[in-house]
Amino acid sequence: MENSYYNPADLAKFGNVTEFQPEMGRKFFDYYGEVFKEGALTEREKALIALAVAHAVQCPYCIDAYSTDCLQKGADETQMMEAVHVAAAIKGGAALVHGVQMMNKVKELSM
Amino acid sequence: MASTVKSLKNQHHQFADPFYQLQVLQQPVKQGETFPAFAEQLLEHGLYPLQPTGTTILQVNVGKMCNQTCKHCHVDAGPDRKEIMTRETMQHCLAALDNSPQITTVDLTGGAPEMNPDFRWFVQEICKRGRQVIVRCNLTIILANKKYYNLPEFFKEHRVHIVSSLPYFQASRTDAQRGDGVFEKSIKALLMLNEAGYGQENSGLMLDLVYNPSGAFLPSGQKSLEAEFKRRLKNGYGIEFNNLFCITNLPISRYLDYLVNSGNYQNYMQKLVDAFNPAAANNVMCRNTLSVGWDGYLYDCDFNQMLELKVERDRPQHINQFNIKQLDDRNIVLNQHCYGCTAGAGSSCGGETVK
Ligand code: SF4
Ligand code: SF4
Repeated sequence: MENSYYNPADLAKFGNVTEFQPEMGRKFFDYYGEVFKEGALTEREKALIALAVAHAVQCPYCIDAYSTDCLQKGADETQMMEAVHVAAAIKGGAALVHGVQMMNKVKELSM
Repeated sequence: MASTVKSLKNQHHQFADPFYQLQVLQQPVKQGETFPAFAEQLLEHGLYPLQPTGTTILQVNVGKMCNQTCKHCHVDAGPDRKEIMTRETMQHCLAALDNSPQITTVDLTGGAPEMNPDFRWFVQEICKRGRQVIVRCNLTIILANKKYYNLPEFFKEHRVHIVSSLPYFQASRTDAQRGDGVFEKSIKALLMLNEAGYGQENSGLMLDLVYNPSGAFLPSGQKSLEAEFKRRLKNGYGIEFNNLFCITNLPISRYLDYLVNSGNYQNYMQKLVDAFNPAAANNVMCRNTLSVGWDGYLYDCDFNQMLELKVERDRPQHINQFNIKQLDDRNIVLNQHCYGCTAGAGSSCGGETVK
């Protein structure tokens, strides 16, 4: 085991997950490749969504990969930061909206 | 625009030395490991030795003088560079054209080619010979001095095809690469070119833009980026243009200096090597283009020119010995910087090489 959980060099080894389970790994990467192709959304829009999700799931590998990918696809800094704000707003909102549940419970239990 | 930034050459910088650059490109990156030799990659794909498919473009570098000193410039051009092509060398280029009807296009580059005192004469002479002229115009030159203000009209008169660098549709990244205030001046110059009819539908006056990354990353998705550039430039400034060419920065000269000094060199080279695409290798521009230096020497491309890698030794070395038959039967001189032409969808002076 390495003495750190995250190592930047491991990002390039992502494909090696097929070593322990080739078939599922290959299926995943085929699907992954298909998802990021230009479709109803452009490749740049998909890279920005991926960047936002990377922040929401707080994955340093994905943040590294999709910061680079967004630059490569021509996204600008403001678009990238707005994507991160979308992630932050949804994460924050998701926490806060449960406040309604809390209020419901409090009201249920209160006189 | 006066620039106070000195070229590497005039800083006596080690990266001004082509031999040193080639050494850096070939040295081991970690624990004795080197990147695979470019020639070996070609050999593996049946492309070595690499030969021309037939030269149809003569790219002439008329001098290293430029009004800008861009951070990524592979020419190490700038206001302090004095190397300028003479009219005599241009006359040899014209004689070469007279003897080589298969050359349909002359691509003029620099520096800022317009700063050569014989630039307009040269364009006129090439046009008289019925060849298409491309000028790699950095845009700001049009506003640099009164004597250049009428360049758009001159270009129009000679149906010159304009290819201009605009690394981004916003000031921040453009100025970071090309210098403060360059974006704003480039926008003004583009509007002047539009005004002359360039980039306008049915005018036949071609205005193409070149995108190259302002940093240590690769370009990707030329078509989608073109759509984004068109949308942003049209909505933001009312600018029209024809095509966007995505060009990969090759690891030489000032860009190599940037990569090494910012700690990005190894990762960038690794990206280029990992993205090697045999289809792009098959279409590299040196297969249909020959490059002439300011002093008349011949090279496989403008990058080899800056690395002082002349065409194969037993072939004509100088424009005054030009013989297209002998030159088309040459082996192209390759080195590790060539990985920049073969990454992903490929890169050439006309953008991606794999459709
Ligand atoms: S990249 Fe072009 S405009 Fe910039 S310094 Fe070099 S030759 Fe001049
Ligand atoms: S750098 Fe020059 S010689 Fe090498 S592949 Fe590109 S165009 Fe050809």
